[in-house]
Amino acid sequence: MRPARLTVIAAATVAAALTAVTGCSQKSEAGGDDAIKVAASDSACDVSKTEFPSGKVQIDVENKGSKVTEVYVLFPDARIVTERENIGPGTKASITAEIKAGDYEIVCKPGMKGDGISQKVKATGKGGGEKRSPEMDTAVAAYRAYVVAQAEETLPKAQAFADAVKAGDVEGAKKLYAASRIGWERTEPVAESFGDIDPKVDVREDGLEAGQDLEKDWTGWHRLEKALWADNKIGDREKQLADTLIADLTDWQKKVGQAEITPTSIANGAKELLDEVATGKVTGEEERYSHTDLVDFKANVEGAQKAYELLKPIASKNDPELVKQLDTQFAALTVLLDKYRADKASYEFTSYDKVGEAERKELSDGVNALAEPLSKLAAAVTK
Amino acid sequence: MTESDSAAEQHRQAEGAPSRRAVLGWGGAGFALGAAAAGGAVAAFGPGSDMVPSASTGAAVPFHGEHQAGIATAVQDRLHFAAFDVKTKDRAELIKLLKEWTAAARLMTAGLPVGEGGFGGLPEAPPDDTGEALGLKASRLTLTIGFGPGLFAKDRFGLEGKRPEALIDLELFPGDNLDAARSGGDLCVQACADDPQVAVHAIRQLARIGFGRTAMRWSQLGFGKTSSTTPDEQTPRNMMGFKDGTRNISGTDKAALDKHVWVGAGDGSDWLTGGSYLVARRIRMNIETWDRTPLQEQEDIFGRDKGEGAPVGKSKERDEPFLKAMKPEAHVRLAHPDTNNGATILRRGYSFTDGTDGLGRLDAGLFFLAYQRDIRKGFVPIQRNLAKSDVLNEYIQHVGSAVFAVPPGVRDKDDWWGRTLFA
Repeated sequence: MRPARLTVIAAATVAAALTAVTGCSQKSEAGGDDAIKVAASDSACDVSKTEFPSGKVQIDVENKGSKVTEVYVLFPDARIVTERENIGPGTKASITAEIKAGDYEIVCKPGMKGDGISQKVKATGKGGGEKRSPEMDTAVAAYRAYVVAQAEETLPKAQAFADAVKAGDVEGAKKLYAASRIGWERTEPVAESFGDIDPKVDVREDGLEAGQDLEKDWTGWHRLEKALWADNKIGDREKQLADTLIADLTDWQKKVGQAEITPTSIANGAKELLDEVATGKVTGEEERYSHTDLVDFKANVEGAQKAYELLKPIASKNDPELVKQLDTQFAALTVLLDKYRADKASYEFTSYDKVGEAERKELSDGVNALAEPLSKLAAAVTK
Repeated sequence: MTESDSAAEQHRQAEGAPSRRAVLGWGGAGFALGAAAAGGAVAAFGPGSDMVPSASTGAAVPFHGEHQAGIATAVQDRLHFAAFDVKTKDRAELIKLLKEWTAAARLMTAGLPVGEGGFGGLPEAPPDDTGEALGLKASRLTLTIGFGPGLFAKDRFGLEGKRPEALIDLELFPGDNLDAARSGGDLCVQACADDPQVAVHAIRQLARIGFGRTAMRWSQLGFGKTSSTTPDEQTPRNMMGFKDGTRNISGTDKAALDKHVWVGAGDGSDWLTGGSYLVARRIRMNIETWDRTPLQEQEDIFGRDKGEGAPVGKSKERDEPFLKAMKPEAHVRLAHPDTNNGATILRRGYSFTDGTDGLGRLDAGLFFLAYQRDIRKGFVPIQRNLAKSDVLNEYIQHVGSAVFAVPPGVRDKDDWWGRTLFA
């Protein structure tokens, strides 16, 4: 993690927080017969009307299935307008939201897992939302799904790491540490956009603010990293911090679907991932005790590549030359990184303290070669 | 750290050139002015002519010409020198890069930002130009490119047949302590300007354009030019406090330049005709021990007095030195063309100070740049002589080294750096 900086994503998140009136379950006076009725079951999500007037909308959900479910109203780019979790079998719930004119989806998720069952709906009338091209919405929706999936995949890995710490198993925890960070590192610009989570889970010793106490306030992965590698022991405080890490990551997983994501924030987010590599990984600062920097490095590059691939259909039309350059440089950096792992399917990379000066220079050159053209991706998407 | 002969000629100074701001204000007209100079005006105003813009005007030095600017051009106050490794394996990519670099150099030497400028573009994207030179004058910026031996390597860019014989790999001279991380390079760009920000900006833009195709290998900032190519200016002093380069080749001495600096038509590499060869050496000075050396010894070492800079036994700096009056191992005596069968080079070195080494010693010295028609006949014999017995060696050490073939000038707006090499 880097000292907090207000990214495009972060700035947009603030705006989203102000406009989204979500998730309130009280009875609303807007309800009654105008309400949209959603009949949820284990295999269906029936919506009583697919067109309704924009403005304050009430959605009455009845779960007729056997599994606990959740219901979302999503923008075309999969951003959450409003949601309601934990609707038990046989229970009812009401959701209200301020919905502008435009296209939406109502989604039920029986079992609260997977993509769910969706139904397209339309809010009509004045006050239309911002219009974006369908291909941009597709890219954003796919990236949002990626970000959510990364968070979901991270939790069990982080839990395994936390369990090892809590069992006092130093060697076991060391083996699980780097892998528990991969999902976070792949989507770090989005994760960082929730300003309160990043300082809890990914701050380094020198990242604490004035007045913060190293004993009390330093939490997260790197605090545990120091305990494991520098101190080589696990105490009560570390066991406590393992639980804190899981709690904070759970918070991240809950919030991540609501991040404000735009095509340009995806593009600049990809560039920021390379910035992370250039400032923290290439220097060996990020993982100064464990020297697992190359695992983070790989994850950052993978996250950037995912973002790029999703935007590529748009960028190819606007700037084919740039796309060619990016394809070449992503491939080159991948080859370069592969030199540091024996098995291309694994995330077992060479310990960074074993990587010499000349090799670090080569890695740094590779990052510059990719990051410079990548900084032009946002323009290619916006054109 | 060598002396060269010269002929003093008067030169006129260019009148005030437009500032960057003014050029920007004119829009396209400002650049058209630069382009016009490329044509007929070059003969009268380009490097090698008797028209040399002075430091105070902030003028633009014409980019186009028979020779690259930055060699015979009156030495500017500041330097940013950069050596690059070429990362691409694709000849076409390299050519494309050289064309892009040329286009950027053409703009920057005219005092203009690169691409679409430093602001006003898309808010979501970084600007094309980094912007730190906006509003600054052209400041006589010159950008001079050189091609290192690596570019001619077998199975690389198909240039192995074009490596000039005179572009030799330098031998290791006695006392050399070369750091690989400060030596060599496939390409170099010498940026000289009267404003350090302008020189640094130029290298930064080229590095940025090059990312992916080139990577910066090393670079050196220089200040306080240590030699002059304009004989009527005061000879600058080096970090040892001595006037250095009194007898350098003058940028106005066409005959001397043709004889000692520019590669001639019959010299063996036609693509390089009108070009030159560059030797760059980072020479660290043991400043602290030098400063504890008695004055007489300092003067004996150089063969000049410290105040006026006059050769031993003479009263004025520019008096003809009588070499036999100097100690046999005095620096000036050993470096003089008469001691080296007439070997003569054009020096454009700068002082450098890169902070302090871990032992509290100033990391300072001379960043030596020498242009010559043939390295084997220029730098090599002189340096052999110096490395063998120069008493100055006790106070200096060569720690970086590189050689480059410097192509001829960019003729006009359609021409580009290296066209003759890749033709």
